[in-house]
Amino acid sequence: MPATQETKKDPVIVVLQLTGGNDYLNTVIPYNNPLYRDNRKAVGIPDNQIMHLDQDYGIPHYMAPLKQFWDSGNLAIVHGVGWKESPRSHFRAMDIWHTCEPVKVGTEGWLGRVAREFDPKKENVVTTVSFGPSLPRSLAVPGVPVACVGGALEKYGFLPTIQGQQRKQVLERFAAMYKPAIGTGAVMDYMADTGIDSLKGEDILKVAPQKYSSTVQYPNTSIARKLKGIAQTHLADLGSRIFYCDHSTFDTHAGQNPGHGNLWTAVTEGVDAFMKDLHEHDHADNVILLMFSEFGRRVRDNGSGTDHGAGGVAFVLGDKVKGGHYGEMPSLKAEHLVQGDLNPNMDFRSVYSTILDKWLKLNPAPIVNGTFEQPAFLN
Amino acid sequence: MAYQEDIALMAHLMRRAGFGAGRDELEARAAKGYEATVEELLHPETQPPVDAYTLLRYQPASLLPGGQPPMGNLNWMYYLVNTQRPLEEKVALFWHHVFATGNSKVDNYDRLLEQIQLFREHGMGNYRDLLLTVAKNPTMIFWLDNQQNHGNAVNENWGRELLELFSLGAGNYTETDVRECSRAFTGWTFETKIPRAPYGRFPWKFEYRPEDHDDGEKVFLGHKGRFNGEDIIDIVVQQPACGRFICRHLYNFFVADEPQVPAWPIEAPRDQKAIDTLVGAFRDSKFDIRSVLRVLFNSDFFKNARFEHMKSPAEVVVSTLRLVGGHELPKPGYGDLSMQPTYMGQDLLNPPSVEGWHTGKEWINSGSLMARVNFVAEKVGDTSLPGVRSIINRLKEHGSLSPEQLVDGCLDQIGPVQVGADTKQELLSQAKEWGQVTWDSTENAKIADQHAAEMLQLIAATREYQFG
Repeated sequence: MPATQETKKDPVIVVLQLTGGNDYLNTVIPYNNPLYRDNRKAVGIPDNQIMHLDQDYGIPHYMAPLKQFWDSGNLAIVHGVGWKESPRSHFRAMDIWHTCEPVKVGTEGWLGRVAREFDPKKENVVTTVSFGPSLPRSLAVPGVPVACVGGALEKYGFLPTIQGQQRKQVLERFAAMYKPAIGTGAVMDYMADTGIDSLKGEDILKVAPQKYSSTVQYPNTSIARKLKGIAQTHLADLGSRIFYCDHSTFDTHAGQNPGHGNLWTAVTEGVDAFMKDLHEHDHADNVILLMFSEFGRRVRDNGSGTDHGAGGVAFVLGDKVKGGHYGEMPSLKAEHLVQGDLNPNMDFRSVYSTILDKWLKLNPAPIVNGTFEQPAFLN
Repeated sequence: MAYQEDIALMAHLMRRAGFGAGRDELEARAAKGYEATVEELLHPETQPPVDAYTLLRYQPASLLPGGQPPMGNLNWMYYLVNTQRPLEEKVALFWHHVFATGNSKVDNYDRLLEQIQLFREHGMGNYRDLLLTVAKNPTMIFWLDNQQNHGNAVNENWGRELLELFSLGAGNYTETDVRECSRAFTGWTFETKIPRAPYGRFPWKFEYRPEDHDDGEKVFLGHKGRFNGEDIIDIVVQQPACGRFICRHLYNFFVADEPQVPAWPIEAPRDQKAIDTLVGAFRDSKFDIRSVLRVLFNSDFFKNARFEHMKSPAEVVVSTLRLVGGHELPKPGYGDLSMQPTYMGQDLLNPPSVEGWHTGKEWINSGSLMARVNFVAEKVGDTSLPGVRSIINRLKEHGSLSPEQLVDGCLDQIGPVQVGADTKQELLSQAKEWGQVTWDSTENAKIADQHAAEMLQLIAATREYQFG
């Protein structure tokens, strides 16, 4: 689909978090660079297992489903993403990605801020829907509702064993007990919001699987199930604008082959089914998918895997995305590495800034805490 | 109300140092005394162990469950529900939060359960010895790839997490220290590394390979020498940061919720004096965890921290099952029961990563709140369960209860639980709709039982009940 075609639908963002530190160099492989081979004696991808994207880069065969999006010009590869002095700690690094606060501890997630912009009066408690058992910090902002679906959408709801006449009364009582009260503290307020919002959300979300029908078969993987839930919710037109899911663990210190391959096969097959599903229902043109990881991995492998590094890759995919490379892969030359790691040359907040400005039509600066260059993967 | 205060304090101790207790047990322990109870809890060897034979008779597959849930979960759940050594299991859960090791990679509940057993045995002992035991634990070695940490090819996974997550906390070492630490642990591996297929799983045993160890000089945290792993641990435990880190973990788990671990280098503890007290006990006892816990449980800051801790899913599920009773035998259906914490966001033996779980407020989101409320409400609303019957029998002793008495009685018997004025008002409004409840006829007793159970369900659904 040409990238310029207009849509009147509200733009939607889906984030797929690659938890654990995805190995950039084995994801977007600089196959002509002799330093790649020199550094990747144990875990390098053999030439005959690389699918060339162009004269410089290829993807491993286990990411094959992604190739079609590249070929149709709908896959943006953002290179060298990270920030200066990024910590090698998964948890701190992920926090920073989530809150855009590299120095202090952030209290607001960037997507939570987006949701607040979209729906300042909390009129729609399913503006943000996350699939997974915990609430990612990127979505967490006090007072901003997030529907967290831990299991099947069908089972989302309070006190399912109480039915009939009594149910209404009990749920009303429940709502009254979760009424925010003055002076009970931030955690109690948070629980009040969570309780009330989920009570409202269950009636809304229940509709999604009931309305859904599709010819697309999703693979039987956890990430595909999450993506299917996202598709069901998006297709039900409930006004959801932000979807979140994750897949793990990309922390491939050892056994990188075949571990990295299994992870990416699950992710790319899931994404493939997801996009097919949206296309089948003519619901793809207002969706972009962002895939990121908290950091890349060390340039030189450790004999069977790769240790924590810096500088990674982010992917943005969708009908309205202008495919291609954005930024440059940082130099692999030993003298340019920082403690053996790539030196990030694209601030992660740049990726967010483009998405905020060009796709979600929001002012990026107050959301990402500053002004950053915007790689032009969206018009 | 001195007696009532004794019961409330004992309930607090048992929620934190164990998984709650019913009223009969609380009364017995209160009669014995607070400090005596703390001592008993600190010495689990004085109490009988869990009857493992019953578990194996009902669920033989849980002995060596392999890689598939829920048999591993079931094994531990049986211990959690049945233990008469509650602090031993609680401490095992604490170390599982810290040394978080998961089946997603290990693919071997046999070995994960062995690690939990290690925490039972060494969890209240000397921290330095515990750290060394964990460093030699094959499950940990595999989880953090130290079998791939070779003299000529260093793998930093274990070395980094040892410093960041298991002892010092981020910000208290350099990248060079990570490297040097990792070098010192080269050659620390295990046998047998035979692939699982096609023969099945083999037991693992620690193995030290001197020929794969980098015996060169290392510079680590200001010390210089040809350090091996044990030397590293000796240096680490002497760091002031180590006591601060471990004691903050203990405080967060047993006393009151702290911010998440990644925030610790940046945000001060909520009670610095309490941490200092614990650090003092840690140092003076030469890293004896039992001594630190003794100081902790007997301190005023602990006694005053009631309901300052969001119950973890494991605490929600286990305390509910112990309260309602009837779940002692691992009968069919126990597997799903064992997965309940998973549905609330805490997949035991399979934490999301080596960081373990985010705790406190972060246990709560819309999906997990539903799972918590739904599970507890189902259990406490089941009037056939012995613990629920016991609560109702105590209420029944009054013969007839006004709405106020029903609310107060239920809040007392299920905890005692403290609720805010607004919550109490809602509970009372509900009770008033039912009016006076009496057990004076079979028919009235049936209705009274039902209303008591419904009141317990409503209490379980409150925000306040999520704290422990």
